[in-house]
Amino acid sequence: MATVSHSSDAHDSHDANHNSGDHQSYYVPHQSHWPIVAASGLFLLMFGTGQMINHPDSPLRWLSVVGALIIIWMFFGWFRNVIEESMGGLYDEQMDRSFRWGMGWFIFSEVMFFAAFFGALFYVRQLAVPWLAGDGSNAMTHELLWPDFVAQWPLMTPPDTSAYSGPQQIIDPWHLPLINTVLLVTSSVTLTFAHHALRANKRGALASWLALTLLLGAAFLVIQAEEYVEAYTKLGLTLESGIYGGTFFILTGFHGLHVTMGSIILLVMLLRILKGHFTPQQHFGFEAAAWYWHFVDVVWLGLFLFVYVF
Amino acid sequence: MSDIAQSTSQSPSKSDQSGHDHHGPAKGITRWIYTTNHKDIGTLYLWFSFIMFLTGGCMALVIRSELFQPGLQLVQPEFFNQMTTMHGLIMVFGAVMPAFVGLANWMIPMMVGAPDMALPRMNNLSFWILPFAFAMLLSTLLMEGGGPNFGWTFYAPLSTTYAPPSVTFFIFSVHMMGISSIMGAINVIATILNMRAPGMTLMKMPLFVWTWLITAFLLIAVMPVLAGVITMMLMDIHFGTSFFDAGGGGDPVLFQHLFWFFGHPEVYIMILPAFGIISHIVPAFSRKRLFGYASMVYATASIALLSFIVWAHHMFTVGLPLAGELFFMYSTMLIAVPTGVKVFNWVSTMFRGAMTFETPMLFAIGFIVLFTIGGFSGLMLAISPADFQYHDTYFVVAHFHYVLVPGAVFSIIAGAYYWLPKWTGHMYDECLGKWHFWLSMIGVNLTFFPMHFIGLAGMPRRIPDYALQFADFNMIASIGGFLFGFSQLLFLYIVIKCIRGGKQAEANPWEGAEGLEWEVPSPAPYHTFSTPPEVK
Ligand SMILES: [Cu+2]
Repeated sequence: MATVSHSSDAHDSHDANHNSGDHQSYYVPHQSHWPIVAASGLFLLMFGTGQMINHPDSPLRWLSVVGALIIIWMFFGWFRNVIEESMGGLYDEQMDRSFRWGMGWFIFSEVMFFAAFFGALFYVRQLAVPWLAGDGSNAMTHELLWPDFVAQWPLMTPPDTSAYSGPQQIIDPWHLPLINTVLLVTSSVTLTFAHHALRANKRGALASWLALTLLLGAAFLVIQAEEYVEAYTKLGLTLESGIYGGTFFILTGFHGLHVTMGSIILLVMLLRILKGHFTPQQHFGFEAAAWYWHFVDVVWLGLFLFVYVF
Repeated sequence: MSDIAQSTSQSPSKSDQSGHDHHGPAKGITRWIYTTNHKDIGTLYLWFSFIMFLTGGCMALVIRSELFQPGLQLVQPEFFNQMTTMHGLIMVFGAVMPAFVGLANWMIPMMVGAPDMALPRMNNLSFWILPFAFAMLLSTLLMEGGGPNFGWTFYAPLSTTYAPPSVTFFIFSVHMMGISSIMGAINVIATILNMRAPGMTLMKMPLFVWTWLITAFLLIAVMPVLAGVITMMLMDIHFGTSFFDAGGGGDPVLFQHLFWFFGHPEVYIMILPAFGIISHIVPAFSRKRLFGYASMVYATASIALLSFIVWAHHMFTVGLPLAGELFFMYSTMLIAVPTGVKVFNWVSTMFRGAMTFETPMLFAIGFIVLFTIGGFSGLMLAISPADFQYHDTYFVVAHFHYVLVPGAVFSIIAGAYYWLPKWTGHMYDECLGKWHFWLSMIGVNLTFFPMHFIGLAGMPRRIPDYALQFADFNMIASIGGFLFGFSQLLFLYIVIKCIRGGKQAEANPWEGAEGLEWEVPSPAPYHTFSTPPEVK
């Protein structure tokens, strides 16, 4: 390794960063304008969405669309940049590890995001609702606030029925949600087949398995949409139907958004594969997409158990 | 081919394809906007943090002016509430956190012998989100109904049912800060885990690096929870859900649980890097190795792990089950053990050392003494039955200002003085630095020490008026507040003076300082350690 015993001249800068042979120095990109594009796009998206919510008639609400378009443009540009650098051979193994750590910790942050909502669900089911019905030392709470309130889960009758009308019915876990579970678990398996095909350099099988995965993901989203329509039109299960509706929609909604994101990522991977990107040895973009997809799958299993079944 | 030959020959390597490694900074404003350089980004963070420090400081002075005398003199209560809220938000998210990220950017790559942060473009994005986020947050003050007025802890239903309309923008700006923090933390972790020079094992890492590794873990673990809780607020306010409304089966206390699950680790996010800085400065000016390096690492990790199971000590008076009161009381008190280990180690490092008292050391010693006072008042607050008396009084305000101002802020200032020679290539004015220390030291104690007494006597926090019996101590606190605030302008002057000139700094201007950052010249070249040094 060329790194050995460079310590002295590394200190007085310049000439130290010439290496050859098996060592390649860590690639530090030159200036980039994509981050500031991203930051401005994010700002416009956030500010415009705030306007849309607070002042639905304000023309400033269109800033959200502008921001969203800028962010999409930024993703194309930034990732094209990275892909070109990667295919140009500028990245070494150390860079690959940086990406792996980065993606891994990003997924951990997503786990904690869902943990907040699962935590809220468990707290409400195990503590808040029973307390409102007088459980523990809360007899007076029950007596003074809503003496007719009965604790149950799913909560069909919220304490204050003048403000929140509970759902008439809830989703039957053994129909649409069960189908969705099968779809998503299968998609994780097909994605793994795609990965194996990539490592064995079977491009045809790779593209087919990946396309099948995408198809399963899309089917999941269609069924999820159907479930939402049913909830709103037939079951009276809405955001406004008390805490059951709130926890149901925030958990399944954010999960659905993640499936959508994951599908878009997989679609990009498919397009890149059709363009001939990735080698059996080097394909972290694909692996990162797969990690994300498996994560979304695991979250769904938690949802299926604790939101639908129990 | 020998290594020497390699390093002098101009053989093209892959790094040359990008053709930038030898360049200095770009010219003009684009240097700062497009930069991927950890030192540039560190500088941006530090200046941004200082501007926010002065902004939040001005709000503190509005508060102290109003509280100078009993009665309502200067501001409306509604505006007073906005000032306390914005002061807290800006100091926490705009001043202290970005300052530590700035120090991490500047120092961690140099301390571990890395050429830059692991993900340099994302590093730029982490920073540049912040000016947008804070511009949006500050703009709420001008909106109809005023800015956030519900305290920096934004408890529901104050922040939902009774919030001003601008709360929507408050929520989105906090989302942006969260995105910035998570990306920054991912970058720090990837840098530390992946970019260390050969030979630098985990247990050879400098303590600032260790404490930041653990801080970054905390950030990634709890910032998403904050994002979740503000999303639930948004849903409650605008989309008819009832997460924090008992009428729908939710619970306002749920908000507090979620908030403090973020909030308690958050206070360690603001103090663990401070521990790291102090663990560099104390040995340097005691000319001794740090006492108990390994125990420092383990203590930091224990504090971080404990921080996940103590959150409800902020909620003792909200109506927790008795078992909850006891659990959170004892788990909180447990934190005193690893914290005590740290203070013991710093004092033991100084014990029989060849000590000198340059400005960084003065601030570090100030930190140790005053942070310990803040720690002890925290221990008092941890006692659940006693907390029923202290809760929401000025005693709490005194407590957390002692750990945050002479704690976190003093450590940042100490770090700035310690590393200014490395950053600028000049020595700062030692005489003025000492003046800055003593004025700050006196100012901070005048401001916050009397708050213990008025708090114990029952003065509630976040109220613009108070009973006559609290008048004397409030006046002293206000005078101290102005003294402390204006002393920071002296700091600004010292820093600018140091940037523009002064005695040339050697590579290692401190006799006892150790670490890779002192082996590169001062000022540190634009690119350092393009080839990793070897650590033995
Ligand atoms: Cu706490």
